[in-house]
Amino acid sequence: MGQITLSGVTKRFGETEVIPPLDLNIEDGEFVVFVGPSGCGKSTLLRLIAGLEDTTAGHISIDGKDATGLPPAKRGLAMVFQSYALYPHMTVRKNIAFPLRMAGMAKDEQDRRVEAAAKVLNLTSYLDRRPGQLSGGQRQRVAIGRAIVREPAAFLFDEPLSNLDAALRVGMRLEISELHERLKTTMIYVTHDQVEAMTMADKIVVLNAGRIEQVGSPLELYRTPRNLFVAGFIGSPRMNLISGPEAARFDAHTIGIRPEHIGVHPTLGDWRGVVGVSEHLGSDTFFHVHETGLAESLTVRAGGEVPIRHGDTVFLTPDASKIHRFDQNGLRL
Amino acid sequence: MSTQASRSAARLMLSPAVLILLVWMIVPLVLTLWFSFQRYNLLTPDRSGFIGFANYAEFVTSPAFWLAILNTLLLVLGVLVITVVGGILIALLIDQPLWGQGIVRILVISPFFIMPPVAALIWKNMFFNPSNGLFAEAAKAIGMRPFDFLGQAPLASIILIVAWQWLPFATLILLTALQSLDSERLEAAEMDGANAWNRFRFIMVPHLARAITVVVLIQTIFLLGILVEILVTTNGGPGNQSTTLTYLVYQEAILSSDVGAAAAGGVVAVILANIVAVFLMRAIGNNLDS
Repeated sequence: MGQITLSGVTKRFGETEVIPPLDLNIEDGEFVVFVGPSGCGKSTLLRLIAGLEDTTAGHISIDGKDATGLPPAKRGLAMVFQSYALYPHMTVRKNIAFPLRMAGMAKDEQDRRVEAAAKVLNLTSYLDRRPGQLSGGQRQRVAIGRAIVREPAAFLFDEPLSNLDAALRVGMRLEISELHERLKTTMIYVTHDQVEAMTMADKIVVLNAGRIEQVGSPLELYRTPRNLFVAGFIGSPRMNLISGPEAARFDAHTIGIRPEHIGVHPTLGDWRGVVGVSEHLGSDTFFHVHETGLAESLTVRAGGEVPIRHGDTVFLTPDASKIHRFDQNGLRL
Repeated sequence: MSTQASRSAARLMLSPAVLILLVWMIVPLVLTLWFSFQRYNLLTPDRSGFIGFANYAEFVTSPAFWLAILNTLLLVLGVLVITVVGGILIALLIDQPLWGQGIVRILVISPFFIMPPVAALIWKNMFFNPSNGLFAEAAKAIGMRPFDFLGQAPLASIILIVAWQWLPFATLILLTALQSLDSERLEAAEMDGANAWNRFRFIMVPHLARAITVVVLIQTIFLLGILVEILVTTNGGPGNQSTTLTYLVYQEAILSSDVGAAAAGGVVAVILANIVAVFLMRAIGNNLDS
């Protein structure tokens, strides 16, 4: 079981309110991602759930029981830290066994659980090494191993992949998603990387300045962002935002159109512009189109091999059904 | 440091320091060895010449010798235990965010700035004096008989003075080590169910191991040579109760003017220091490798 409810949870450091009163419900077995720019309070929120910070006001309940005042160890949650926070003087085996040892579990039961966790995480041949002798990805797996042996109600991940290189990050992303499928345990995952959020989450919580901007499945957020912040944050490359007379034509203060929903043609289209830098990724090409009179620059996605060069004049046509309209307060119309 | 040129430049620039150190260390050592085999008493300068191991025999058979070795080891060990344990406790305490932290830290460090004879005299006259010292007054205030520290427990009193002087050093080294401990590691241990004692025992102490090793090694070097504190308080007495090896050498050299016997004592002290060093490096030296 791992059902977590936050009601009216608030955090202040002195005078500064980091998290204004906030309500959130996390269902058992869900993979929830907190995503937002740095400093948005997502890590603080995770630490409040973990019990590493005290709430200023409000209640946290885990599986229906009030956990607001409980110390971290009593909440039945396990956390994986950004720096992995392994114990450098202990072997991998002792690192993974540490929470069991602290719980006073019998030695043979400890060994059995450590072996099982090591098998799941492909760490069996590294059990007698120390963290210093492992690669970044292996250390990450040890940190996860230390979390899973406790069989917690929920896992908390605090930007666990940000210290890994790009290739490893993709691999670990898959491994964590796979682990979630296998264990079916609630996971709360904090990241600033919207790609991680989109690919892993059952439910994304977009945070900005401590406030929840929107909660929903990755595709809900992609299709119907509730406001300009979410529209700009979810999706890569970013959604193009256009205001002014062109937006007024659509009866809105600002309109947004994603790069993948704009067509490019050398002679025909709604908007005329000059191609600046183009980024060729092989499968796709992203054009940065200037001098459209609409915005500083529009990003457009086209197919992999389009014969358009820097300085060419092109015509762009947005897919009218995919245009997002926002009012002057930035809310979706 | 990879090309031939930079390697030889490094060697060239290091050589003056190495040479000076060599002269500085080797010349006195060789002279000491030389004197230790000579008849050389400042009171009888006309009688001189090679006398073999007679100086060693005289030094080693002197009634205070074995007691002096024991006292030296007790002094080193006692001060090390007090400074390491006390240093860890004080470091833990002043690592907490508390009001006036800066002032508290300066106060904690201040004993280190006081010259050893001054510190020893303050302890002797202001605290230990059995008739008007502060400890005597305190004892009288609660109706107890004043205790004559330097008379009844001379070595323990000197250990206390020296420990007081070295506590700041240990605290400072241990405090910086403590501050380099990643707070996420402590939080991880907290999540793992470790209580405060277990976090200290399993996370902090192993993290401090290297700093403790540094403290022990450096202090041992200096503590083996403690002299001034004994000289201004007990003069090695009563009897030989607080005579250390260093103080014995001093007695031979200055009080008896016997340079030959003092040099032999010096060589014995060097041998003892090396034995201690070997034991220490065996016991804790591997903490210095990462």
